[in-house]
Amino acid sequence: MSTEDAVLHTTPALSPMFRLQWEEVQQAWVLLYPEGMVKLNGSAGEIIKRLDGKKNVIALIAELEKDFEATGLQSDVLAFLEIASKQGWVKT
Amino acid sequence: MTPMVNGKEVTVGPPLWLLAEITYACPLHCVFCYNPVDYTQHGPELTSQEWIKVLQDARAAGSVQCGFSGGEPLVRDDLEELVAEAHKLGFYTNLLTSGIGFTAERAKALKAAGLDHVQLSFQDSTRELNDFLSHTKTFALKQKAAQLIQENGWPMVLNCVIHRLNIDYIDKIIELAVDLGAEYLELANSQYYSWAQLNRDGLMPSREQLERAERVTNEYREKLGDKLRIFFVVPDYYETRPKKCMNGWGNIFLTITPDGSALPCHTAKMIKHIEFPNVKNTSVKDIWYESEAFNKYRGDAWMKEPCRSCDEKEKDLGGCRCQALMLTGDAANADPVCDKSEHHQLVLDAVSYAQIPDTKRVEVKPLVFRDPINSRKLSSQT
Repeated sequence: MSTEDAVLHTTPALSPMFRLQWEEVQQAWVLLYPEGMVKLNGSAGEIIKRLDGKKNVIALIAELEKDFEATGLQSDVLAFLEIASKQGWVKT
Repeated sequence: MTPMVNGKEVTVGPPLWLLAEITYACPLHCVFCYNPVDYTQHGPELTSQEWIKVLQDARAAGSVQCGFSGGEPLVRDDLEELVAEAHKLGFYTNLLTSGIGFTAERAKALKAAGLDHVQLSFQDSTRELNDFLSHTKTFALKQKAAQLIQENGWPMVLNCVIHRLNIDYIDKIIELAVDLGAEYLELANSQYYSWAQLNRDGLMPSREQLERAERVTNEYREKLGDKLRIFFVVPDYYETRPKKCMNGWGNIFLTITPDGSALPCHTAKMIKHIEFPNVKNTSVKDIWYESEAFNKYRGDAWMKEPCRSCDEKEKDLGGCRCQALMLTGDAANADPVCDKSEHHQLVLDAVSYAQIPDTKRVEVKPLVFRDPINSRKLSSQT
């Protein structure tokens, strides 16, 4: 199995160190942590809010493609999940 | 929003960080405290209801991080009520405490109220500074507080103010943090404002002390890896460019003092020629976007030379307004930490004095402890 395949079968979840929240004033999803905040762009917010630690990345991509009537999101989603896990936002 | 500042439109985002200094009362007497030296002369503390209104108002204006600080915030017995309100409003709630007054009952109540995070500070509160680390009472207290933090599932962030008198024990401080199960440790050299400014000569470490402390910290970072993340903050007097203080005046940070004054940073009240608004008669939105005080040093139109024509002005915004005021007498001057400032020699002089060992100093000024008696004495002098 390639690394990409391995990632596709993981079930990522938001790290307990962070809290995801919609901020009306900023019109953005943000991640909150002790004394800090990360403001997410639109697609990052849409990905992170769908993580529940149960569905795998294949199902996540399918859900995003259905909700946004889009195809070919896999590489974008994987690229973001790589950043998110490096930053410690997401645990697989 | 884009209020007009000095005839120019300046884009201003929301006050993301709300620091609620709910009381100046504190059982400690730290010589590096940043609370105003004349804190005993300030007006009465806001009531619970007034604080609740501040929280609601600030949240509506876009505040999202809320720090409960002081003084020692645990001194107020309505802390749980305020945390519960902040949590309900959607704030991420942080408690900044020395741990004194942090009992199992209060920890449990704060958890139930929705408190997200506790930052526990080590304070060498005792008058026997040298005993600080071996002081069993202090250690037992921190150990108990740390245990409560762990039991309640809060992330463990420890903060220790570093200065001339404890910096040589940095290895012991780090080991203490490891023993207490900390995940983050902030080793912040004291910054010279308020009480720390009075005590600057006694608190500023020598270059040799600093270099050793950084070396030791790096050795521990290598040894401990991800187990403990250590942040080390050097005193800005040792830099040649100033810090981008508070990320800019009125940019993200809003402090409300115990009597309801609204400030762009915790020490700004020392700028006496600015009339700071009060939450008792002005809404947070008006304070943030419309008040003269918060617009005063936004943008760059207020800058003087050398900042005005400096190609680095966006990077540090001319440094700290309070430091400029304290050292040069004018808050609009460049922060004299900058070596382009015509007042930089003042910083160099302080640094060079810090290289003189205590035993060779002609006059060793006694440290002034932060307590009501000293505060009243110092207030009557100004």
